[in-house]
Amino acid sequence: MPDNETANRTKQEKKEWEETRIAKLLAKKPERKDTFVTGSNAEVNRLYTIADIENLDYLEDLGFPGEYPFTRGVQPTMYRGKLWTMRQYAGFATAEESNKRYKYLLEQGQTGLSVAFDLPTQIGYDSDHPLSEGEVGKVGVAIDSLKDMEILFDGIPLDKVSTSMTINAPAAVLLAMYIAVAEKQGVSADKLNGTIQNDILKEYIARGTYIFPTEPSMRLITNIFEYCSKEVPKWNTISISGYHIREAGSTASQEVAFTLADGIAYVEAAVKAGLEIDDFAPRLSFFFNAHNDLLEEVAKFRAARRLWAKIMKERFGAKDPRSMMMRFHTQTGGSTLTAQQPDNNIVRVAIQTLAAVLGGTQSLHTNSRDEALALPTEESVRIALRTQQIVAYESGVAETIDPLAGSYYIEAMTDRIEKEAMDYIKKIDELGGAPRAIDKGYVQKEIQDSAYKYQMEIEAGKRIVVGLNKFQIKEEPPKGLLKVDPSVGELQKKKLLELRSGRDNADTFDKLQSLKKAAQGDSNLMPYILDAVRAYATLGEICGVLREVFGEYNQSVIL
Amino acid sequence: MDRPIRVLVAKPGLDGHDRGAKVIARALRDAGMEVIYTGLRQTPEQIVEAAIQEDVDVVAMSILSGAHNHLFPKVVSLLREKGADDILVVGGGVIPDDDIPGLKEAGIAEIFTPGTPTSKAIEFIKANIKRLA
Amino acid sequence: MDLQDRLTSGDSRALARFLTLAENNDPEAARIIKELYSRTGNAYVIGVTGPPGAGKSTLTDKLTKKLRQKGKTVGIIAVDPTSPFTGGALLGDRIRMQDLFTDPGVFIRSMGTRGHLGGLSRATQSAVKAMDIFGKDFIFIETVGVGQSEVDIVKTADTVVMVMVPGLGDDIQAIKAGIMEIGDVFAINKSDRDGADKTKIELEMMLDFSEKKDWRPPIHNVVATTDAGVEELLECIFKHRDYLMDSGEFKKRRYRNTREELINLVKERVLELILKDTGREYNIDDLVSRVLSKQIDIYSAAEEVLGKISG
Repeated sequence: MPDNETANRTKQEKKEWEETRIAKLLAKKPERKDTFVTGSNAEVNRLYTIADIENLDYLEDLGFPGEYPFTRGVQPTMYRGKLWTMRQYAGFATAEESNKRYKYLLEQGQTGLSVAFDLPTQIGYDSDHPLSEGEVGKVGVAIDSLKDMEILFDGIPLDKVSTSMTINAPAAVLLAMYIAVAEKQGVSADKLNGTIQNDILKEYIARGTYIFPTEPSMRLITNIFEYCSKEVPKWNTISISGYHIREAGSTASQEVAFTLADGIAYVEAAVKAGLEIDDFAPRLSFFFNAHNDLLEEVAKFRAARRLWAKIMKERFGAKDPRSMMMRFHTQTGGSTLTAQQPDNNIVRVAIQTLAAVLGGTQSLHTNSRDEALALPTEESVRIALRTQQIVAYESGVAETIDPLAGSYYIEAMTDRIEKEAMDYIKKIDELGGAPRAIDKGYVQKEIQDSAYKYQMEIEAGKRIVVGLNKFQIKEEPPKGLLKVDPSVGELQKKKLLELRSGRDNADTFDKLQSLKKAAQGDSNLMPYILDAVRAYATLGEICGVLREVFGEYNQSVIL
Repeated sequence: MDRPIRVLVAKPGLDGHDRGAKVIARALRDAGMEVIYTGLRQTPEQIVEAAIQEDVDVVAMSILSGAHNHLFPKVVSLLREKGADDILVVGGGVIPDDDIPGLKEAGIAEIFTPGTPTSKAIEFIKANIKRLA
Repeated sequence: MDLQDRLTSGDSRALARFLTLAENNDPEAARIIKELYSRTGNAYVIGVTGPPGAGKSTLTDKLTKKLRQKGKTVGIIAVDPTSPFTGGALLGDRIRMQDLFTDPGVFIRSMGTRGHLGGLSRATQSAVKAMDIFGKDFIFIETVGVGQSEVDIVKTADTVVMVMVPGLGDDIQAIKAGIMEIGDVFAINKSDRDGADKTKIELEMMLDFSEKKDWRPPIHNVVATTDAGVEELLECIFKHRDYLMDSGEFKKRRYRNTREELINLVKERVLELILKDTGREYNIDDLVSRVLSKQIDIYSAAEEVLGKISG
């Protein structure tokens, strides 16, 4: 963007500045450290100038918001038109309790629901499965059948809210339950708004709630794409997630790289299944992490947007600009929170909120201060939501679009992250694509290496985490943490017993058999799953039938 | 002869967050120990059988789902049942302070909560293994 | 009951403890084997080798399940590398065998190489004997598989299964020198992937060019994750066993392996004697210094050492 002469002169002048004036100063008073790095260990220069962005072409590399390559944002007016959706992930123990929490959050001004499921639900086990012992209702709501789902959304009009469900391996089943609840409310599927996470690849990489092997999992995902493009057109069929990859310890560039590599795999699978790119790509959405290195995170979001736009246009030949638009949800980084001096976490979350907003997120979940200790209390959840509201209404950062654009540092870093991510994607392509690279353990190993390095830096005191390895105080154990009632498991078991004796078991069995047959063939499974759900087949029964046909995934670990 | 300490690093329960388990596995390896890593979704029965067959000195478990009060004590009691109570059992993860006394009473020698340096876990293991080196 | 009795009475904790003693080179382990040596030689030993990521553990897991269905008991020894710098090791083969943990008919032991080269740990052979004494019908040995010469496995196993995967490309070239002699049965795992046929053709060609023997190693397609072809692979292993028995090759192999093991044991003991300088009239380090300063040549130095211990 700058003319060559200015850039060259600046480069020369900067060199002179560093070699003479700075060198002299350093001889007397050295800087705090020999090298300065970002939160992701990328080296940071002393000063960025126009020379660092000499190759930047404004129209080509940044453009206008709402236009290719979407570096500055996906909507033309961004937060001047509409603020991001404030969406707090919540789900507690039973459907009844969660339902109460949702109603409370809606009253508090939250604009979208986000459902957290307990681990047995996420792995397709009913609450009475032996492996569910001790886990029922622990990290989210336990859903065993349509009955629970009816209670979960009781009194919440599904045509009025948008619902995000953090569900992956059994996503098709939970989506089917949601559609079935809507039917009972008299709301047709085409009116439904929301998102299912449905991103199995990152489960293999980082989060661990997988069920089936790669291929049948990819089939289920493309089945959902296809079904929704016809029947549930406003539904976001996948939320391709870097969040958990980052939580597992990746760097910012790795987060972008591995998330986009997963995205590429889903697009390829859908294209291979015969779908038209512009029919499904506009419904793809993403999910990122926001960490403490404010400026690097802003650059990360911008780089991810630009890179995805290029990939969709150049690699997949998408024509519809909406296919090239990377819309994403953000959650503040859970792993950045400390159990020590937990109130400090409020400040961390505020910085991360700024990063997400300055990075142009479409929706945001802010973590609660006590999440490193236990599930958040109502008060903590409220502070987390208020943090978003303060940034939205008081900080001023939402009043103009992409306000950090043009900063030498931000633009240089946006370029760097894009390039580093691209290099990783090339490497993954060479390994045969994301599913293969995951199968080989390559992606996991790269993340593990970063995580280990980070931990060792903290232990060596090279990286300071306030309250953790510096500025510690003697603390009383925190009080008033939320505890999950251990009787939830028993309650769910009782409900299951009632369900199994109250339903038309012959009909349920029939529907499960049809599903099994369909799974053995190659037709779209969504209608069969819906039928089974309507007949009150349990999640465990449905996943059990699919387990029989598909087998189970074996974890790939390179130690 | 200086024999390496053998440790089983296990993730009981259903949560898939193995960042901590993998970091500690690696740190123990780098401290010269033989670490047997068994992967996700382990039942207490599986952990105990593996610990016995591998004749480990230590079982180190990590849980982030909140199922620790159920699963950690179960592992200890199964080890006792099998006469393998000379194995040191430690745990880590998101574990509220309120739960720690109960877990220790149940026989978990130490609980490492978020933010504990790996060096502390290594020292603890070296100082507390029950079997003579 | 002492360890020896507990071992023969099928106490798996005793087997576990014995293996620890063997790994730590404890004389007690040798003593027990001496006592129980007559009970060895009954188990059939299957080596599973191949490059990293070929799926050795998954395949071992699946083969074991088949054997269990047939009512056979199984021991598994899984070897992973020890770090030469720290002496520590990450042993991760169990990850692929989780279903077997609680099967009382299966005993799994992970071992670090602890400085031993050749793809196995030094204690592997003692471990095989102990599992044999313990009464296991089949014993799997899964090698390190880091592409280094995996020569030890031939000297320990009755049938060696070489696991390959499609798309290894240059890797096959790199290890082909060794693999043709090592493998009794070839398994192309993940054969639902592109390139499986090509890998098979390449292997067949290499077999065509290698020395002709009575047993031509069959090449078998499997997909360990879905169990496809695993039963047939096991049949192949059985066929190889039958061939060994019928042709007299089995006896020859066991003779060769025992001879090799005996020689190694002697080597090891001699070396121990030499390196342990307590009560000896010479010091190995002094000798080295003398060789370096040319007071003595290296051959004479060696003769001097041998003279001392044989005298």
